[in-house]
Amino acid sequence: MNPENAVELVGVDILYDTTALHFDCAVASGGIVAVAGASGSGKSTLFHVIAGFEEPDRGEVRILGKTMSGQAPSERPVSVIFQDNNLFAHLDIATNVGFGISPSLRLSTGDRVRIDDALGRVGLDRFGKRLPSTLSGGERQRVALARALVRHRPLLLLDEPFAALDPGMRSGMRALLRDLHEQENNTILMITHHPDDVRALADSVLFLDQGRIIAHDPVERFLERRDVAAINRFLGNE
Amino acid sequence: MFAPAENRITITAGAFGLGGILLFVCLAITALLFQSGDFGDDALFDAYIWRVTRFTLLQASLSTLLSVALAIPIARALARRATFPGRVWVLRLMALPLGLPVLVGALGLIEIWGRQGVLNTALAGLGLKQPVSIYGLFGILLAHVFFNMPLVARLFLAGLERIPSEYWRTAANLGMPPAALFRFVEWPVLRGLLPGAAGLVFMLCATSFTLVLTLGGGPAASTIEVAIYQALRFDFDPQRAIALSALQIVMTGALLLVLARVATEPAQSVTGGRASRRYDAETGLSGLSDTGWILFALVFIGAPLTAVVGSGLRADLMKLAGDPTVRRALLTSIAIAVGSALLCVGIATAMIRAAGTATARRHVPPVARAFAGAVTASSSLVLLVPPVVLGAGWFLLLRPFGDVARFAPAIVVAINALMALPFVHRILAPAMATHAARTDRLTASLGIRGFQRLRWIDLPALKKPLLMAFSFAMALSLGDLGAVALFGSQDMVTLPWLLYSRMGSYRTADAAGLALFLGLLCLIFTMLGTAGDRRVPEGRNA
Repeated sequence: MNPENAVELVGVDILYDTTALHFDCAVASGGIVAVAGASGSGKSTLFHVIAGFEEPDRGEVRILGKTMSGQAPSERPVSVIFQDNNLFAHLDIATNVGFGISPSLRLSTGDRVRIDDALGRVGLDRFGKRLPSTLSGGERQRVALARALVRHRPLLLLDEPFAALDPGMRSGMRALLRDLHEQENNTILMITHHPDDVRALADSVLFLDQGRIIAHDPVERFLERRDVAAINRFLGNE
Repeated sequence: MFAPAENRITITAGAFGLGGILLFVCLAITALLFQSGDFGDDALFDAYIWRVTRFTLLQASLSTLLSVALAIPIARALARRATFPGRVWVLRLMALPLGLPVLVGALGLIEIWGRQGVLNTALAGLGLKQPVSIYGLFGILLAHVFFNMPLVARLFLAGLERIPSEYWRTAANLGMPPAALFRFVEWPVLRGLLPGAAGLVFMLCATSFTLVLTLGGGPAASTIEVAIYQALRFDFDPQRAIALSALQIVMTGALLLVLARVATEPAQSVTGGRASRRYDAETGLSGLSDTGWILFALVFIGAPLTAVVGSGLRADLMKLAGDPTVRRALLTSIAIAVGSALLCVGIATAMIRAAGTATARRHVPPVARAFAGAVTASSSLVLLVPPVVLGAGWFLLLRPFGDVARFAPAIVVAINALMALPFVHRILAPAMATHAARTDRLTASLGIRGFQRLRWIDLPALKKPLLMAFSFAMALSLGDLGAVALFGSQDMVTLPWLLYSRMGSYRTADAAGLALFLGLLCLIFTMLGTAGDRRVPEGRNA
C-alpha cells in the first residue's frame, strides 16, 4: 500500500457473461494520465470501478492508499466528468455547481462566492443564472469542471470530456485543464481516443487492449513505441 | 442506484406495490373460484353463455376489420397530404376520441345515428322509414370504429411518415404507378404495424363494456363483460357470473398471448410534422380520393362530437349545475379520480424504480430478473382480468360482510387505478429509464440522495410525464362506468353513472348537458397532461 499513489488496482477482475477484464496498476499522484485504447477495451469499466459505479468481482481498489471496498461513489475522494449529461438540464448553472459543495443545496453566502469564483476560473463569469441548454458543449463541460473545482477531490476522472467539441474548443479546454491541474495539484485520469490529447496534455499513458492494461508509460516513451500493434493503430503509425 | 441502503428501500417500496396488485387481483379470482361451488353440468355449457361468447368474438372481429380497413386509406391520405391548411386540426380531432369518456362518445353517436338523430331525420325527410337503428350489432360496430379507427390511423400515419424520403424520390424517378407504390413502399410498413394495431383493437373491442351496455339493446347483442354485469346486478346469478368471468379470463389470456407474439412496438411520435415530399400526391385523381377520405374522417369523427357540444349547450346547464345530485356526482367523480390517479401513479413509480434498481447491475440474479418481469406483467394484469371480472370477484367477496355499497369507494378507486396502470406504466417507464440513465451515476457521484434527489432532480425532470400520467389516469377514471356499474348505489353516484341513468330514463336534455360537462372535464385533464407534448399513449378500453 503506497499513499504516494493516487490509484492502485490490485488484481481487479470484472466478470461479464462472455468476457472478463483484469486490471493491475498503480498511478502516482499529481500527474495527468491519459487512458487510451480501442472501443470496448475496458476504459469506461476501469473508470466505473475507480469511481465506485461498479464493484470488482475480485481484487481491490485503493485511492491514496485507502481501500475503497463498499464505499459509495460520493464517499470516494473522486470527482467524475462524463462525456455528456454532466448537468441537470432543469437547474441553472450556479445550482449545478452548488451540488459540488452541498448535495442538499444548503449553500451559505460564502459558498455562493465560491461558486462564482469557480465559474470565473473556467471563464464563465455571469453565467450562473443561465440554463445548461443555453450553453455550448464546451461551456457545459467547463461548468462541470467548475463543479469539480469546488468539490476539491484529489482525483479527477474525465470520461472523454472533449468528445463532442470541435478542434478549436478542444484546444481551449486542454489549456484550461492544464492550468487548473497546475493550480489544484490533483491527479487527473482522462479517457481519450485522440493521440493529440495525449501529446498535448498527458504526463503518462495507460493503454488498454481487450480488457487488460498492456502499457503504462511516460508519455515520451509511449509516443515512441512501435512494438504493439494496438498502440501503433492508436498513434496512427500503420 | 449505487447506495445499498437506498436500493433496499426502493426495492421494498416496489415489492409492496407489486404485492398489493397481486393480492387485489388474486383475492378477486379466489373469491370467484371458491364461490363457484357446484357448477352443475350445464353452467359452463349454457347456450346463453356460448351465444354471448360467439357475439363477443364476432363483434370484436368485425370492429377490428372495419377499423383497420378504414384507417388505411385515411392514414395514406394524410401521409400524402402533408401540408394542407388545417391538417394539424384534423390530427387533433383524430386524437379526441382517445381522451373522451366512452359514454359521451356513445351519446354523440346516438345524436347522429339514433332514432331522432340527424341522419335518420334526413333519411325520413326522403321518405324512408327508420332506415338506420343504432342499437344492436350495427351500433356497437359503429361506436367501436369511432373510437378505434382514429387510433389505428394515427399509428399507420406515423409509420408512413417514417418512410425515408429517398424511397419517394426513387419511386418518382422510376415512375412507379400508384398500385406498385402501395405494394412495394407503403404496404411493407403497414404490414409490419398491422398485427399489433389489429390485435390491440381486437382486445379493446372484446373487453368492451360501456358501449355494449349502452348500444347493445338487449341480450341478443351482449358481450361477456356485459353478461357478467347483468348476471350480478339483475339476475343475481353468481354461478353464471363466475362461469362468464372464467371464460373472459381464458379468452383475454389467449388474446394477450397472441398479441405478445404479433405486436410490434407502436411509434411514440405519432405526428412528426416533417413529412417527405410525396411526388405521387401530384396527380388529380389522388387529390380527389385523398380529399374524400379526409373529409369522411372529419365528418365521421367530428359530427358526433359537434352533436354532443350542440345538444349539451341546448340543455339547461345552469339548472344542471345547481342540481345537488349533479354536484354530488361531480365531487364524487373528482374524488375517485384523484384517489385512483394518485394510487396508480404512486404504485407505478415505485414499481418501475424498483425494477430498474433490481436489474441495474452487472450480474442480475434470477430473482431480480423475475421481479422486474413481474412488475411489467402486473402493470398489464387488468388486461387479463378486466375491471368487471375484478368487480365481480370483490362483489362476491364482500357480500358476506353486508351491503357491498359500503366498500364501493375503496374498490372503485382500486379498480380504476388498475385500469389506468398499463397506460401510466407506458408513459412513465421510458421516461424514468431515460432519466435514470442520465442522472443515476451523476447523483451517486455527487451524493445527492433520498428526499434531496426527489426534490431537486427527479420531480423537476419527471414533472411532465408524471403530470401526463396523472391527468390521463384521472380522465380514465372520470369517464369510467364499469366499476361503478357494479358497486354504484344511491349513496355513490358518479357523473358517468348519473349520465347513464338519465339516458336510461329518457331525460335526454339532462343527459346531453351532463355529457358536455363530463366530456369537457376529461378533455381539460387530458390536455393539461399533454400540453406541449404530442405523444399520447395508445389505446384505452372502450
